[in-house]
Amino acid sequence: MNDNDSDFARQVRTALYAIAPDLQGEPLDPNRRYRDQFEFDSMDFLRYVVELHRLTGVDIQESDYSQLETLAAATAYLRGRAAGQE
Amino acid sequence: MSEFRMPSLGADMEAGTLVEWMKQPGDRLQRGDAIAAVETQKGAIEIQTYEAGVLERILVGIGERVPVGAALAIIRGEGEGEAVLEPVALASPPAAAPVAPPIEAAPLPRPVTAEIAPAQPPMAAIAKVAPPAPSPGARISPAALRRAQELGLDLSALHPAVDGVVGLREVEAARASSIAIVAGVPPPAAKKPAPAVPEPFAAPPPPLQPSPIAARPGLDLDEMRKAIAAAMARSWREIPHYFVSSTLDLTPMLAWLERNNAQRPVPDRLHYAAPLIKAVALALKAVPVLNGHHGEHGFEPATSVHLGIAVAMRGGGLIAPAILDADTLALADVMAALNDLIARVRGGRLRSGEMTASTATLTNLGEGTADAVQPVIYPPQVAIIGCGQVIERAWAHDGALSARRTMTVSVGGDHRVSDGRSAAKFLARLDELLQHPERL
Repeated sequence: MNDNDSDFARQVRTALYAIAPDLQGEPLDPNRRYRDQFEFDSMDFLRYVVELHRLTGVDIQESDYSQLETLAAATAYLRGRAAGQE
Repeated sequence: MSEFRMPSLGADMEAGTLVEWMKQPGDRLQRGDAIAAVETQKGAIEIQTYEAGVLERILVGIGERVPVGAALAIIRGEGEGEAVLEPVALASPPAAAPVAPPIEAAPLPRPVTAEIAPAQPPMAAIAKVAPPAPSPGARISPAALRRAQELGLDLSALHPAVDGVVGLREVEAARASSIAIVAGVPPPAAKKPAPAVPEPFAAPPPPLQPSPIAARPGLDLDEMRKAIAAAMARSWREIPHYFVSSTLDLTPMLAWLERNNAQRPVPDRLHYAAPLIKAVALALKAVPVLNGHHGEHGFEPATSVHLGIAVAMRGGGLIAPAILDADTLALADVMAALNDLIARVRGGRLRSGEMTASTATLTNLGEGTADAVQPVIYPPQVAIIGCGQVIERAWAHDGALSARRTMTVSVGGDHRVSDGRSAAKFLARLDELLQHPERL
């Protein structure tokens, strides 16, 4: 299955649109940083991390933030964390 | 009875367009309640009442453009009786109706019952005044809708992408093909990427090509640019600016923050903006000549610190709503207030109170930007604080050299009210506060 269509990817998209509702329906390049695609700033990013935590319950350390900067990376991160808990 | 009037939401606002009534005749009003939403150059803003009572009568319909100071509604104060003539007034012809706003071709007030819109979520307010959506079944992103309206495109002529959604790409394609038809040239290649403005609040960005990334719904970035230009031109014309800067060692504050964030659950973590805002507010409190408004009667110092926070908009533009009483809030509350402001800048609506309350402004360039900014004061304020990006520098301290994370903070001050010494005092106090973040 294409990872970008997985439940993990859906959660990432949901978090993204929750904090940036104006981006809904916009094309989203899974491999480009939100900062480069959407002028995301560090406050936007923090709000996205909080939303991702709220949706998934995953406890995200600050040191992991750099793994959440694209749709593809965040999807892989959530998948990895879910696998680690099993 | 009193008139609820169109407030001035900025130094250069002349008029606003009513987009939604959030209260209906008969509704009880508390001080601070948002009564209506108004479209301005800064996007849709909720206007609040400072009088408690009952909304007696609405005088202006959806879509009407109303000059600053014109009556929008009648409020019956607490303790005042019912208006005897109310039913008559509602049904009466224009002669007996409240005076229409003095603008050309403004429709006369119609019976209010016909004008009242049902309560709607904020995002829907724009759609209500918008033309119909594209072909049945197709959806359009808010950003794309706004762009299409700006360009004057016929929405029914837009073709959705394979997923059934009309996005900015489709709008740009439609525009390109319409230009190509007119000019006889092939449509341009794919859109340019948007420039990155990577911080929550930043100085006015450099002149940019209109960006394909839209900002809040209801916001016209060209209009916002005009509003910024007008306010800044007035500032430069009227205010004899001076600038004073210091480079501060932020290492203790950032290290303290990182230690604390490691202990905190994700939702309780603080961005470094929170202690910075609190420290700036406390330092302003200590130097009253930098905090207040300059009006007809000269400088009026403020007793509270309502700190305007310059927030960069996606696609360009800038807005600086206030965090009220920032000097008195706990850090967690500063963070919550900042979160709330940014959420509403990105996807909701700001309120009139926070658009007009600022007693000084903070602009923070943020990561990956530049080292220092000489910020221009937003009238009628008398000072603005500008922060450069946090950057590691070689730092001499106690005769030794070390690498420290530093920030250059600049004060733009108003010589009619203060001088460089006041700003230097502010910077020294700010430095002191940031060396002991645990006390903030």
